[in-house]
Amino acid sequence: MTHRRWFTPWLLAGPAILWLAVFNLWPAVNTVILSFTNAKPIGGGRFTGLENYGRLLDDAQLADALLNSIVFMLVCLPLLTVLPLLLALLVQRRIPGITFFRTAFYTPVIASAVVVALIWGWVLDDRGLVNGLLGQSGLSRSPVPFLTDRWLLLFSAIALTVWKGLGYYMVIYLSALANVPRELHEAAAVDGAGPLSRFRHVTLPGVRPTMVLISALISVSSLRVFSELYVLSNGLGGPGGRDMSVVMLIQMYSRGFNGHLGYASALSLLLFVVTLGPMLFLLRLNRKAA
Amino acid sequence: MTTAREPGTTAGTERARTKPVRTKPARTKPARGFNTPSPARTAARYLLLVLVLLLVTGPFLWQLSTSLKGATEDVYSRTPSFLPDHPTIGNYGQVADAIPVWTYALNSVIVAAVCITGNVVGCTLAGFALARLRFRGAKLVLGLFLATLVLPGEVTIVSQYVLVRGLGLADNLLGVSLPGAIAMLNVLLMRTAFAAVPAELDQAALVDGAGVWQRLWHIGLPNVRGMLSVIVIFTFIGAWDDFLWPLIVLNDPQKYTLTVGLQYLDGTFSANPRLIAAGTMIAFLPIVVVFALCQRFFFKGVEEGAVKG
Repeated sequence: MTHRRWFTPWLLAGPAILWLAVFNLWPAVNTVILSFTNAKPIGGGRFTGLENYGRLLDDAQLADALLNSIVFMLVCLPLLTVLPLLLALLVQRRIPGITFFRTAFYTPVIASAVVVALIWGWVLDDRGLVNGLLGQSGLSRSPVPFLTDRWLLLFSAIALTVWKGLGYYMVIYLSALANVPRELHEAAAVDGAGPLSRFRHVTLPGVRPTMVLISALISVSSLRVFSELYVLSNGLGGPGGRDMSVVMLIQMYSRGFNGHLGYASALSLLLFVVTLGPMLFLLRLNRKAA
Repeated sequence: MTTAREPGTTAGTERARTKPVRTKPARTKPARGFNTPSPARTAARYLLLVLVLLLVTGPFLWQLSTSLKGATEDVYSRTPSFLPDHPTIGNYGQVADAIPVWTYALNSVIVAAVCITGNVVGCTLAGFALARLRFRGAKLVLGLFLATLVLPGEVTIVSQYVLVRGLGLADNLLGVSLPGAIAMLNVLLMRTAFAAVPAELDQAALVDGAGVWQRLWHIGLPNVRGMLSVIVIFTFIGAWDDFLWPLIVLNDPQKYTLTVGLQYLDGTFSANPRLIAAGTMIAFLPIVVVFALCQRFFFKGVEEGAVKG
């Protein structure tokens, strides 16, 4: 026996189990229940059957939001699987001062998305740094509407997401690179393989599983975008509200006079369904590793 | 709801796949030609490092510079200058006139403190029970903790709001901090940490007649300090940086946390970029200090291939 009284483990795990039930399992169940009602921030709550789900089908803003997520994913996937690997190779060798560079490259990761978006909003402003430099160099006469054009705003949000994510994935790659046996590199070098050939035949195969893992992580996070778009567009979602993400729609419908908690819940379940694929894939990768 | 961590992040999955092919006998000293690059290459590496450094820190420095520029100085940059002509910290005082920024900072600290306390206590106790005590139903409980990991926080945020409102905690800092006060991922991380403590230590203590509390306090805890500090750091960062949840829960501008307050400042006083810049620096600098102080813990694990995101 590891303990004398049968309830000791339940006593220790009690608070966590309470949180599991109250703040995780119950809200999950309640999301499903709410999605069949017309619950409002004030009042409502009548059962309305599949009405909210019908509304999902002809919501033009949702269609835009899903399109935005796909664009987000398509741009972020190649950039954030390749650039952080190159960055990790750059900071891998323990040369003097490398800890400083590593820490500096990680800084955008620990900064709040709100802080980062406010900084970029200022850098990309009509009268901001980038437009100032562009105007000065004569590259563009009128300011580039980074934050007021439907597509430029989306790409600005993508750019800052990539910039903020570099350090995060760099650290994961750094950890993976540390696990590629030195002997393989040395053997390849002895056999006359140059740096490029060693990268292709030793490094790449060594970090391939990590690349798969990172792709899955990026797929999930592309679907969960919120703060970047929200802050860059001042909470409005760009021209005509076309630069919304699914999470922005969820937030929009959970508050205010036009709020609709039932519909927000249906949107949440949609978000759950589209993230489930990459999430389960991630969990399987984790299982295999353990 | 943490920004810096995703559930299920594991590095080091590739260890199993790469075959340890050894063509030469192991040496104590590495071969010269392989390990020592030419000075030109090292110089090129530093050059690249500095270039990336400019790209990464440039926007932060630009913001810092804007926050220090005086009212008479042109911040709209026909000719951008990184160094303020008349550096002043007056903007930091003026932010406090525009919004109660120090109250916001205090609110963020309160939320972070509740989350850290809850996670340290709750996850330690539960992690120990799940890893070290055998009891009926343990498997089921563990499975449920694991299952929550496939649920992104945003999915349940609406019904969490409904719940918090039902508890009478809407528009309340306790309502902001309570749901994250015991994070499921951290319970699992603590369980993993406790499971790695050698079983012999426990056995020996059992023979000596040690109870559950003594084993947790004297054998478990000293061996999981590393994981505990990682959880403290990331809980702080997560709570301090979180935006969506406090944005949904809070109404009263007096109760805003820093992130929500900054967005509010941006919406109301967008005319003066110096003030917004000063505000972002107030939100950003504490996190840099905390991370700079704790980065030892963090990068130590990375090189051993053991970091969890």
